[in-house]
This record gives sequence, structure tokens and C-alpha cells, in this order.
Amino acid sequence: MPVTIAKERWSSKCLETVLGTGSKQVKVGGDCTLPFLHFEGEIPNPPVAALEVLDAPPQEWPDFLSALYEGVLGDPAAWAKKCVEYGADLVALRLTRIHPDGENASPEEAARVAASVAEAVDVPLIVLGCGVEEKDAAVLPEVASALSGKNCLLGCATQENYKSIVAGCIANGHAVIASSPLDINLAKQLNILITEMNLEPERIVIDPSIGALGYGIEYAYSIIERMRTGALMGDRMLAMPVILLVGQEAWKTKEARTPDAPDWGEQKKRAILWEVMTATGLIHAGGHIAVVRHPESLRHIKGHIAQMMQPQRY
Amino acid sequence: MALTGLEIFKMLPKTNCKECGQPTCLAFAMQLAAGKTSLDKCPHASDQAKEALGAASAPPIALVRIGAGEQVLEIGNETVLFRHDKRFEHPPGIAVTVRDDLPPGEIEARVAGINGLSFDRVGQMQCVDLVAVENSSGDPVTFAAAVKTVRGKTNLGLVLMSENTDAMAAALAEVGSAKPLIYAATSENYETMAALAKQYDTALAVKAESLTVLADLVNKVTAIGVKQLVLDTGTREANQVLADQTQLRRQALKRFRPFGYPGITFATDPDPVQRVLDAGVYIAKYAGIVVLDTADPADILPLITIRMNIYTDPQKPIAVEPKVYEIGAVTPQSPVFVTTNFSLTYFCVAGDVEASRVPSYILTVDTDGTSVLTAWAAGKFTPEKIAAALSDSGAAEKVAHRKVIIPGGVAVLSGKLQELSGWEVMVGPRESAGIPAFLKQFWH
Repeated sequence: MPVTIAKERWSSKCLETVLGTGSKQVKVGGDCTLPFLHFEGEIPNPPVAALEVLDAPPQEWPDFLSALYEGVLGDPAAWAKKCVEYGADLVALRLTRIHPDGENASPEEAARVAASVAEAVDVPLIVLGCGVEEKDAAVLPEVASALSGKNCLLGCATQENYKSIVAGCIANGHAVIASSPLDINLAKQLNILITEMNLEPERIVIDPSIGALGYGIEYAYSIIERMRTGALMGDRMLAMPVILLVGQEAWKTKEARTPDAPDWGEQKKRAILWEVMTATGLIHAGGHIAVVRHPESLRHIKGHIAQMMQPQRY
Repeated sequence: MALTGLEIFKMLPKTNCKECGQPTCLAFAMQLAAGKTSLDKCPHASDQAKEALGAASAPPIALVRIGAGEQVLEIGNETVLFRHDKRFEHPPGIAVTVRDDLPPGEIEARVAGINGLSFDRVGQMQCVDLVAVENSSGDPVTFAAAVKTVRGKTNLGLVLMSENTDAMAAALAEVGSAKPLIYAATSENYETMAALAKQYDTALAVKAESLTVLADLVNKVTAIGVKQLVLDTGTREANQVLADQTQLRRQALKRFRPFGYPGITFATDPDPVQRVLDAGVYIAKYAGIVVLDTADPADILPLITIRMNIYTDPQKPIAVEPKVYEIGAVTPQSPVFVTTNFSLTYFCVAGDVEASRVPSYILTVDTDGTSVLTAWAAGKFTPEKIAAALSDSGAAEKVAHRKVIIPGGVAVLSGKLQELSGWEVMVGPRESAGIPAFLKQFWH
């Protein structure tokens, strides 16, 4: 009984975004089908993984995680180099010092740190603000200017603060992360607003907001799946690559923070699996860039992607 | 594939006799298509129409039962490719392997470990479902003895893994009444395996090396009269398993009958982490059973969690009853936390309050099962509602103080809430994980 392989005939594909410059440039997106269904359509670029660098020693990371960055925790540029040694496709610099409730560092200071990190590594750079919309709106344009021509990915731009951030990206040749609170309609609306400022849709990466495994991952899973099918059916305002800010979610969970326990197993193994499975779960929904913290997580995610990129028999 | 109203209408008598209770045949057809009525309401439907509509309404994937007694695993009956199209119905069974060539003491220890893989997640006990006994020895006597030992130590369902018909017959003689899954019928042994499945009335896994051979084999087995099937496409590389599971689901939804059964997958990557990741993919992508070789709770907890998350009904927010909950041995001096009645939110807060070892009250406000920030943005978690909940819930009678702790994410509510309720409002951490530290610092 011959079986005819069931293939969807998608009318469109995901947009492709290019980040960075030179030989370590990274391309994401461009998928012509659902994740890893090679039998159905071309997947020109595998999903990629970034490691996170903070501009100050982390306060709440467990020791077994911080220990892997020993000696570089106070030096973002050296820390970024370490991430590249660990095999990161991209480095994600998180600007914690600019937070108004903390040090409230100036835009100029943030730009200086970002420039020093960009100088230290040849992989593409992602720069993440502190999440306070007003402050990020003031800082990220300054960062954009200091990184002019480096083709970085800056964020997160929200419906409240996208204008100055997007203007900074347009003026200095960067891509922007468009962030929305777990809502596909708001995500699409923000993409439209940003493209109306004349940023090419290929220069936008979507942050749908995610929850970790066990903490609402299913909402992001379905939103990302719907974005992907929307993109494949021709909706260009949902066709941008998707970034998954995994580390910040996974490492605050009880599963990552609870010490070794007989009925929960070893903490280190459990925590890494929590970060990795949050990432791979959402990559299989349609995510393109996973930002994680543990080098072993990075290695496992890349190993899984390499396996999934192997050709299929039909 | 479900029929549309117009397709159904074409098969109806078109007399508009109204005997079905609907004004016209077209209206009746529309109700049928929406699943709101049944064809037997129409006294004049032809046998041909009944047959066509009956076949269209049968589930595209059979419901398969494994096990007996209280621990029956039900898989299959799925109707969609994406959970957001409706929902995934039956969470896949997670099976942990046991080799039959271990000494009996080690088999018992392994099974005890598997029995212990049970976790309380947001108020529901979630556990491993099946023990898969492998006939690694190749010997029927050893296999039957191991299966008997396993059965004596667990109430979980069993998967009997052997392609040797003598070994399967010997094992079934020991545990046939427990309705294990027979794994597996192949092109070489299917006649005997199918006969055993009929004799013991158990589910039968059918294994082949390609989709085409599998479809043929399923037809041969169903012709013998075995209808409770589980499908194995024979592949073990994750990239190909994903393709095969996707094909099984798509073909089943297109009413390709040989593939109208749940699939069984095996996560066998030599790297122990990749194995767990692959199992996670199979859970999300259509498998009916996932078999893997680890009884480490650190491996199983993420799998059980992703299963629960993916199989959550996306159309139904999960809520807890809005009321005052008591965590630990509370006294009139215990702190009072307020949060929403989204179950995930409540159980996070409850878990972290418990971790703080400070007995506390948690007051959940009815926000239609939405989380703190979502409820706040939607106007469902307002100072007015919280103040009303404080006075109506009986919280005031339970404590001697008047201090309430609100989530850090909605600090902006504190002034108005204080004014309306008369309670002193303390702003807690943004994330519940910060509760133990918060209590240590601010609650004396």
C-alpha cells in the first residue's frame, strides 16, 4: 500500500535577517516550512544560540553557573570573548547597570560598554536594555550610534518606546527586537508600526515574550506556531525571525534554583535541562535565536539543532 | 476530514419535513456540521448518507488503552495538528525501560525508582505511565521471569518488548491479565503476535522500516481482527522521527485509515541529555508513547512538565477557587499575600511561600484565571476588587494585623488599595521566587 507523503504547499516563507559583519555573520529565518520538516521545504539557515553577558557581576546566578565565567564577570569584553570560546553564535549583552532603581548608569556609559564588547568579539552582538521602557528609549539610540555599522540586534522595542530605538537602528544600520506581551495581534501591530517608520521588515526580530518550561511556555509555543503558519501563508508582518530570551526565564524558576533533592535530582543537571528544553521546545514551535546563559545549555542546543538539520529520507 | 454543512446537505432528503426539529434540511446540515445534533434525528436519511456521515464522524485516530485496573493509559483520539486549532486530547504515555537480564534485585530497585517518578505540578500529580521491559537476554524464560518481577512491584502499565514470539507468549502467560502493550508485531512475526493480542485482548504495537511497509502490515493485522494498535515507523534518529510522526498525524487526519492509531517513539540517542531533548520533541510532536532509558527525576521532570504544558487546553484558562488559602500552621500573626486565581500564579506563590517556611495566608482574587500582569492590564486586578476580596473573603477575621502583601508587578496599586481597604499595603517581590528573601527581610 504505497503511502503518498503529505506535504503542505505553503505560499510564502519566513523573512531572512542577517546580523553582524564579516565571516562570523549570522543569517536567521528564510524557512519555507515548519521547523525541521525538510521533506516539505527548504530551511536555509539553522536556528542559532547566543550566550548572555551582563555589564556587571550577576547577583542571582547560582555559583555553578557564575563559576564558568570566573575572572571575567567584572569585564564584559572579556566575558564576551569567553562566550565565543564556548561556541556562541552570537553574544547578547544585557545592560543591567542602566536600571533606574539601581546604578542608573548613563546612556554614554552604556554605549561605551557596548562598544568595548563589540570591539572584543567578531560574532554578531545583541544588546538588551534593562526593560524600563523610558530608560531603554534613551540608552539604545546612544548604543546604536556607538555600534554604527556593526549590524547589531538591539532591543527590546515595545509599543511604548519603539520610535527612538527604531530611529537609532535605521540611522546606524542595526536590526531591532520588537517585543510584545504574549499577544500575536500586538506583535503584528508593532511590526506594522515599525515598518511604517521605514525600517525594512527584514530588520525586525520578534520577541513574543516567553515563559519557561512549566511557567506558561505553552502560550509562547502556540503564538510562535501561529506566527510561523501565518508567515508561510503569506503574512509578512508575522514572518520575521523569532528570538527566545530563554536564560532570563529559565534561571528564575524553582526547578533551576532548588538544590539537589532526592525526588527532583541533581540541581545542575535539572537547571541546565530546564534551560535547554525551554529553548528546544520553542525552537520546535518556530523560534530562530535562543539566548541562554549556561555554556553546556548552548552546547546541547547546538547539538540538538545539528541533529534536526540532518536530511530526511523522503 | 470533517464534512462541511453543504456536503452534508447534499446527502439529506431535502424535503424540509421539519421532523428533525430544524426548519430546513440545510439548517439541520449546518447543525450536524457543527456537531450540535446527530443524524438519527432525521428519520428519512438514506443508508448511504448514514454510512458516509458515520465514517466522517468517527475519530481519525483510534483511542487505545493500555493496562488494567486504575492505571489504564488512554492515548489517541487526537483531532488536530496544532494545539491552537482546538487542543491535544490524550497526553502521551512516558515509558521507562528495564532490561530483563539484570539480577532480580536490580530489576526491583529500578522499578521502585520508576514508581517514584511522580511529581506535584500546579496541584496535579503527574507521573510516568509505563514500564517497558526489554527482552535484552533474548531468552523467553528470563523475559517471563523479569516481567513477573516487574509486575509484582508496580501498578503502572507494561510494555513487553520482544520480537521473539516464544518470549512474548511466556510473558503474557504471566501478566496477560494486566493488559500490557505487546511490542512488537513485525513482517516476520505478525501472525503469532496478532493471535496473542487477540487471545489476551491487549493492544499491539506494529513495527516496520518504512511508512509503506507499515501501512501494509497494519492492514494485515487489522484483517486478523486486532484493532487496538500502536504504530512504530522504526526510525530512531530525531530528525526522521519528527518527519514520521508528522506524517502519521497528517495522514490520519486525512483519513488514511492504516495510520489512524497513536505512534510509539524511542529516544535512544547515546548522549543522555540529547535523549531527553528528543523525548521532549516527540511529546510535543504527536507521539502516543515515548520510551526512554532513564529513571533520573532530573530527566523526567522536564518531560512531564512539557507534556502537561503542551496538553493544556488552550481554550480554557486554568483557575483555582478565589478564596483564602492557608499555607502551613497559620496564626493570627501570619502574613497575608494577595494574588490572582490563575492556577499557575497561585501555585508559584504557594510553592515559594512554602519554601520560606513562614506559615501564611494567600488570598486569590477572581481574575477569570488570568495572571497578575494580564489581569491588571485587563482591569480585573484593581484596588477595588482587591479591597472587596479582603473584606468579603473573611481574611480580616483570620488575622489580628492589617497588612497585605501585593505582587511587586502591581506596586502602582498600593496607594489606592490602602485608601480603599484601610489595610497597610506592602509591595512584595516581582517574582514569587523572591518571597522567601522578602519575608526574611520585611516580616518580623
